[in-house]
Amino acid sequence: MNMGFLFVPLWTDVLLWLLVATIAGYGWRCSRQPHLAAAWARVFRRRTAAMTSVVLTCFVLVSLTDSVHFRRQLESQQPAAEIAYAGRVTTLLDLALPHLYEHSEKSYSAPFATRLFSKELVELPGGKSAREYPRLRYGGAHLANEADRAGDIARRGGLALLAAAALWGIAGLALRPVARRYPGVHWGAAWLTFGAVLAVMMPLLGLSAEYHVLGTDKVGQDVFYQALKSIRTSLIIGTLTTLVLLPLGLGLGVMAGYFKGWVDDAIQYVYTTIHSIPAVLLIAAAVLMMQVYIDSHPQLFPTTAQRADLRLLFLCVILGFTSWTGLARLLRGEALKLSELEFIQAAHAFGVSHRRILLRHIVPNVAHIVIIAMVMDFSGLVLAEAVLSYVGVGVDPSTTSFGTMINSARLEMAREPTVWWSLASAFGFMFVLVLAANLFADAVRDGFDPRVRLA
Amino acid sequence: MLGYILRRVLYAVPILVGVNLITFALFFVLNTPDDMARMQLGTKRVTAEAIEKWKAERGYNKPMLWNGNASGLAKLEDTIFFQKSIRLFVLDFGAAEDGRNIGSEIRARVGPSLAIAVPVFLVGLLVNVSFALLMAFFRTTYVDFSGVVLCVAMMSISTLFYIIGGQFVVSKLWHLVPISGYDQGLNALKFLVLPVIIGVVSGIGSGSRWYRTLFLEEMNKDYVRTARAKGLAETAVMFRHVLKNALIPILTGCVAVIPLLFMGSLLTESFFGIPGLGGYTIDAIQAQDFAVLRSMVFIGSVLYIVGLLLTDLSYTLVDPRIRLQ
Repeated sequence: MNMGFLFVPLWTDVLLWLLVATIAGYGWRCSRQPHLAAAWARVFRRRTAAMTSVVLTCFVLVSLTDSVHFRRQLESQQPAAEIAYAGRVTTLLDLALPHLYEHSEKSYSAPFATRLFSKELVELPGGKSAREYPRLRYGGAHLANEADRAGDIARRGGLALLAAAALWGIAGLALRPVARRYPGVHWGAAWLTFGAVLAVMMPLLGLSAEYHVLGTDKVGQDVFYQALKSIRTSLIIGTLTTLVLLPLGLGLGVMAGYFKGWVDDAIQYVYTTIHSIPAVLLIAAAVLMMQVYIDSHPQLFPTTAQRADLRLLFLCVILGFTSWTGLARLLRGEALKLSELEFIQAAHAFGVSHRRILLRHIVPNVAHIVIIAMVMDFSGLVLAEAVLSYVGVGVDPSTTSFGTMINSARLEMAREPTVWWSLASAFGFMFVLVLAANLFADAVRDGFDPRVRLA
Repeated sequence: MLGYILRRVLYAVPILVGVNLITFALFFVLNTPDDMARMQLGTKRVTAEAIEKWKAERGYNKPMLWNGNASGLAKLEDTIFFQKSIRLFVLDFGAAEDGRNIGSEIRARVGPSLAIAVPVFLVGLLVNVSFALLMAFFRTTYVDFSGVVLCVAMMSISTLFYIIGGQFVVSKLWHLVPISGYDQGLNALKFLVLPVIIGVVSGIGSGSRWYRTLFLEEMNKDYVRTARAKGLAETAVMFRHVLKNALIPILTGCVAVIPLLFMGSLLTESFFGIPGLGGYTIDAIQAQDFAVLRSMVFIGSVLYIVGLLLTDLSYTLVDPRIRLQ
């Protein structure tokens, strides 16, 4: 086994890790500043916040392990030969679960199936051939007798559950000192949620080596693998979009409210104009234009992965560009109110510069609105990705996402019997992610919004 | 009043000009007509003559902004900007990729779009307001709590799931209505029932949650406390005072949406095969028909601006404190 590898840093990888670093920096800053720490403590005092943050952390961990791309070194027969790297770009997630992408079947197979979904011509031992459901290459291939399947699944699943229980116990012990230090947080709820996540994911992961736990799709790829890969795409769209949205919305919104006059008029004009164009059409037009650009400049994109990645990044940029107007309008109103208050007027009287007033006095006082808007936007963006991919202006068709999964599986609902597992998996994972994000966003809003505290 | 309306209409003109410039930049400057031709005709092995022919057929072979070869006004008129962008202001949309006139196509498709959008809007409003009122009436009880949980759960489900799931259960398993299609007159009814129900159901989550907060905000006001102190029954407080006053922000909010109903619904129409404007837009996106897209962008912005105008007007109508300065 050759362990050499070549890193392939994709744009979205770099930005995602930068974002993680930024959030970590923000967390460190929060721990130093009592008023920020108090706001977050209020958030985590809610049971839903503790529960959903566990679920969201699991999603983030999966997508972060899926955000380290590299090419494995190929094994060469001649020792003096040039070092060659595989054309396929792998991630840490692939490395951890290699069987998921290696075990690909011919076509559709149901969850936990041992045979293909449709009949094929099979050579029988006697030289004859017959139409029957052929055995899968990997799914349940270790079974000598297919009748043992249920018992085998129960045994392996039970073992995985035991492991999950052990992990759960260890996590509980490890959490104890932390829980003593921060007594306000709902650790019990978080621990129970972690147990639930383990109870679902451990058997799925444990059985995924021998079975296709969520079935396979049209080209025989494991649906569970696709669902795990889709998490990264969703998170990228939900988070990187804010990188574009935030500077535009914050900068322009605050400036419009603070400077008033012609600056306000100009900024209001810009955001009314952009907002008046139907968002889907603006996105569609921009994505089609980018498609034209990519098609006419193929030399800029050496591999499919790089092209798909750039298209994903561009989609984030376009989504951010169409959705900053809401935040800008909110912040303009808030800055308008703030700039009339005494402490801002005092700052003017002291001769503090505009730049400094904006940065030191206005922006920190609208920060809670920004945070609330960012977490609230996340779930909407995840849902929007699926719709855009259905319309054909979402991510690149070669990128695995919930949208592309739904899009390629939706016609199979008309088959008899129905191929339901791809759709069900995509919708199920998406529902859990969006529900967790929505509940967490509610908790953040309740913790940060001063009006809620007074009520 | 008339002066106010006129001022607001004039204010809309620069916004439309801005939309026009953005679409022009997006469709003609960032990518030249040559690129579009290559995309339509296939990128590989396309001859220069084929591109010229494609451009000539669609009138894309003119200069962008200034035609030096022409004389008089034609210097400005005989350009892509004038022919393709300025003409939109007089609702001259030109021809689609398949040669049909976009204007007459849009007129034919507005009917089916409205046949779905209007019932979804009205029934949805009724259902959301009733559900929100129910939650607000039983606030701080488990009825309210489970209602909010239901709303958040329904918000977290993708619209695609409502459509695909609804089609599968109602049409395929139960055979109650046809899966997709459209017909003239009353025969259309059986095709419209399911899309309308799905449209209403998928909007319940966010809609009634939003209205619930509006109701609760209203219920915390002083006049409500006064009404209770007078000894009014809770139902009288809710229906005579809170409902009436909370309907003001709800209805003025709805006014902004009404013009956009003409645009139809993208997903519903394309899934149910309804020949409306939403389906037309999706088809145009998938066929990369830029002429249709340009027209829809323009119509969408006009309708949005009309919505803004109507909202401002409705505020002045329902709230006498707002002066028309």
